[in-house]
Amino acid sequence: MSASDTPHTAHAEGHDEFDLPLDTRHVHGHGPDQTHGGAAHGSFKGYMIGFLLSVVLTAIPFWLVMAKVIPNAQTTTAIVLAFAVVQILVHMVYFLHLNTSSEGGWNMLALIFTMVLVVITLSGSLWVMYHMNANMMPMSAQDMRNMP
Amino acid sequence: MSDTHTNTATAGTPEFYVMEEHHPEGSTMLGFWLYLMSDCLIFAVLFATYGVVGRNYAAGPSPKDLFELPLVAVNTSMLLLSSITYGFAMLEMEKGRKGTVLVWLAITGLFGAAFLGIELYEFGNLIREGAGPTRSAFLSSFFTLVGTHGLHVTFGIVWLITLMVQVGKFGLTEANVRRLSCLSLFWHFLDVVWIGVFTFVYLMGVLR
Repeated sequence: MSASDTPHTAHAEGHDEFDLPLDTRHVHGHGPDQTHGGAAHGSFKGYMIGFLLSVVLTAIPFWLVMAKVIPNAQTTTAIVLAFAVVQILVHMVYFLHLNTSSEGGWNMLALIFTMVLVVITLSGSLWVMYHMNANMMPMSAQDMRNMP
Repeated sequence: MSDTHTNTATAGTPEFYVMEEHHPEGSTMLGFWLYLMSDCLIFAVLFATYGVVGRNYAAGPSPKDLFELPLVAVNTSMLLLSSITYGFAMLEMEKGRKGTVLVWLAITGLFGAAFLGIELYEFGNLIREGAGPTRSAFLSSFFTLVGTHGLHVTFGIVWLITLMVQVGKFGLTEANVRRLSCLSLFWHFLDVVWIGVFTFVYLMGVLR
């Protein structure tokens, strides 16, 4: 590492601002903690925190549904969904080690872009198809069975 | 890049500063992350399909009749345990302990195999009860979504075994470390998708 760094700093005054971001990235990617692609591998403590949080965040929704704690199904659905979102965030942070600086922010940017597409796909499909179903002619089970 | 080279050339001191040397590693992780994001879109489409046709039972069984939540809970814990054991393998990899890496990888593989076994048992039960993928739109989309996830886990296990052979033969070389890091992302990503599956398909299916 140091061998490749020495000539680099030697002609540091020769470089223009064009390759400055590459420089910083070069240094970041090969720091003393041996990070790969800018994303750290995490620590034992980090993994354990993530694991324990995941266990709790999994157990509570299962308990809510299996023991029918809340009689109103819609409230339970909302709570269960909220737990899922939190648990996904926990996994992203503690297991996938995602942060805003990994890969110079490109990981996060790709994730945000993907999430936007996912939300559009999911909510768009559900919304449109729900309306189409709602506007269909009412049909009895008898009619449905005799459908071609 | 070329600017830097001409700069040094005109200065008269031929210094070979090859930055590309370090690039493959970093861009592999970013590229793999982008692959995972595209995989995420595949699952989004399958989730959307399930969301749209998941209530079209064709006068057949509904999630309430079919899903056994205790079994799903065991399955979920298998995948979660495999996630944490893979994390331990990564920690050992950073310390350069080849033997313990292999042990943790093997445990991860066993948990993954247990997950797959339980899922196949569940699928087998459903098909034997006459609730196969051809029964209704709900079951078609269910088998597609959960089956695609199961296929991912299957290929993850194949990849895991391959890497265990690689690490066993060549040790924790730079290439193997990179491969293990990619599989780490893949494996944890599958666990993230499973959170969506057990919430959206199983828990919400039983609720309605």
